[in-house]
Amino acid sequence: MNDNNERRVVSVIVVNEASVLSRITDLFSGRGYNITSLTVAPIPDSKYSRLTIVTSGSVRVIEQITKQLHKLIPVLRVYEHADLVEKEMALVKFPITENISDISAICDAYNGKIVNVGNEVVITMVADEPKRVDHYLEAIKKYNPKEIVRSGAVALER
Amino acid sequence: MQMSGAQMVIEALIAEGVERVFGYPGGAIMNVYDEIYKQDNFQHILTRHEQAAVHAAEGYAKASGKVGVSMITSGPGFTNAVTGLADAYMDSVPLVVISGQVPMSLIGTDAFQEIDAVGISRSCTKHNYLVTDAKDLPRILKEAFYIARTGRPGPVHVDIPKDVTAQIAEFDYNVALHLETYKPHVNGNPRQIKKAMEAIAHAKRPLFYLGGGVINANAAYEVRDLVHATGIPAVETFMARGTLSYDDELLIGMLGMHGSYAANMAMSETDLVIALGARFDDRVTGKLSEFAKNAAIIHVDIDPASISKLVNANYPIVGDVKNVVTEMLKLVTIVESSRYEPWRETIENFEELHPLTFHEDTENIKPQWVVKRVGELLGDDANISTDVGQHQMWAAQFYPFTRPRQFISSGGLGTMGFGFPAAMGVKAAVPQKTSINFTGDGSILMNCQELMTAVEKNLPVINIILNNNFLGMVRQWQTLFYDKRHSETDLSVQPDFVMLAEAFGGIGYRVSTKEEFDAALKDAVERNIVAFIDVKVERFENVMPMVPSGGSLFNMMLLEKKESK
Repeated sequence: MNDNNERRVVSVIVVNEASVLSRITDLFSGRGYNITSLTVAPIPDSKYSRLTIVTSGSVRVIEQITKQLHKLIPVLRVYEHADLVEKEMALVKFPITENISDISAICDAYNGKIVNVGNEVVITMVADEPKRVDHYLEAIKKYNPKEIVRSGAVALER
Repeated sequence: MQMSGAQMVIEALIAEGVERVFGYPGGAIMNVYDEIYKQDNFQHILTRHEQAAVHAAEGYAKASGKVGVSMITSGPGFTNAVTGLADAYMDSVPLVVISGQVPMSLIGTDAFQEIDAVGISRSCTKHNYLVTDAKDLPRILKEAFYIARTGRPGPVHVDIPKDVTAQIAEFDYNVALHLETYKPHVNGNPRQIKKAMEAIAHAKRPLFYLGGGVINANAAYEVRDLVHATGIPAVETFMARGTLSYDDELLIGMLGMHGSYAANMAMSETDLVIALGARFDDRVTGKLSEFAKNAAIIHVDIDPASISKLVNANYPIVGDVKNVVTEMLKLVTIVESSRYEPWRETIENFEELHPLTFHEDTENIKPQWVVKRVGELLGDDANISTDVGQHQMWAAQFYPFTRPRQFISSGGLGTMGFGFPAAMGVKAAVPQKTSINFTGDGSILMNCQELMTAVEKNLPVINIILNNNFLGMVRQWQTLFYDKRHSETDLSVQPDFVMLAEAFGGIGYRVSTKEEFDAALKDAVERNIVAFIDVKVERFENVMPMVPSGGSLFNMMLLEKKESK
């Protein structure tokens, strides 16, 4: 059995109802599981929402996470992804005084662009695999980013 | 039909066939209590503490197999009940607990007696609801009962704001439930069952490991058939006591921290564990890496999350134990019972080497003697509840259980104060049997106010206090593992239990000889009113054998051999 703490992405389809998100997060905190990121939004034209949870743990822990999630009454389905397309978005705010063309070129490389230019700041958006978003954020460090926000990952099985 | 939310609660309870409700009124639940006053379809039993109301509902549910119902008010009423919810959650007891809540308009304002009840109960219930509109009440109550009793049973909490109980809406309880997201898996996979039976047929030293799920699933008699048809020895967990009769030749006994030598050795030596409705609790397994080390595991459980949670299962079977065992019985002809004869002999040798016993004493009453004596005098005629501690283990070890649902105790949560109210619930469910609660001088004080309920509602529970003037189990650990530093466990300063019982209108006995005990028990059974029998027992008796916490099952501390006097 593999006891390494592996990063895993789990998607959960839940009924849209009061306190369903707390049920999920309480389960993670109560049983000592990790949440690296969590995104949630309603599924269009349905009474369900989809959560994407990035977590980590041994094979046994991941198996328990999926089983325990399944046990929650409002949970319809749990996907523990193996082969998936995974994307995350990041917004970054730079001072207008930085080299905008450099920043724009880097954004291009990471599937992004400048989305807003104000009097004092520019805002960029990139959407890519979480690992590549890490790289992007590393690359733009020298342009003095003022604020960074990441969305958390979303994923779909291939 | 149009009616108020409060009336809907009553109608739903009637539709569910509820006969007893254990509860305690208060501000936020008053509308419902007003409707209780107007009806005579079910009996309301007023406990004297909300915790006791839930434990009594648990005792009722465990003894009857029905869903237990408890009703409480908001705020402190609810928080008092939380221990009961947690207890029921750990032991998979089907309950519906209905609490009042402050009116919707006041929720979130820190109103009088307001607490986020569903926020608190979320982690100790199978499911919970905050009802925000009376039109949802029929569906929610129906779902609550359904969820409580199906799948792996458990407590469901329904929190109803006061204005919702006053609101008028349409009541129709005949609506079909469609819970798309809740579909318990009750039938085991036939291919897996066949593979499991083949593994049994090929094993040399198989062992049944029976858990509380067998009793919850009402599968004890099917399991008895399977055990006898295969000739395979069985061990029971604490929660499974009574699955096999105490005198069954194939029952080795209870395993675990205070299990018998033979049961723990059998588990250590087996080559195939057949786990039925058991969850490999730490009090059962001891050190996990050494548990049934050389065995393959068949694990039958209704809860997929219990399978391979702690011990990897080679033959996982998700399903209701009763259904699965019934299917297994159909394939039982492939199993040749004589094959296990050498294994049964090995186990007999274990039993002879270190039988489960204790050292009798001619002067002092040994606590184990009391348990055995009650077994001799009442046996099958009694239902046995316990509190938590040494007395609980002695009851589990030495009472001659003959049937499922005879033993009612708090296993998973280990709740002191459980026994007395639970025994009242047991008595309410099974009035023809004597309801005994084995308790300690520590535990009994954590719900002794229930004397009043027992007197008022004529629930003649006989509480047998194995009184050693200690918080005995903690004292035992201090003696063994804390170099005899008995920190805060000396309970020498204690009430007069006889006067305490009598103050409430019950009856009390003080017992210091075996003759006095026999007389007291006989009298209590005859007089049929709630009783405390305060038995002075040997102070420093330890529960043995013992697997120290985290130790391996085969490394037990055993009863010291004693030279005969």
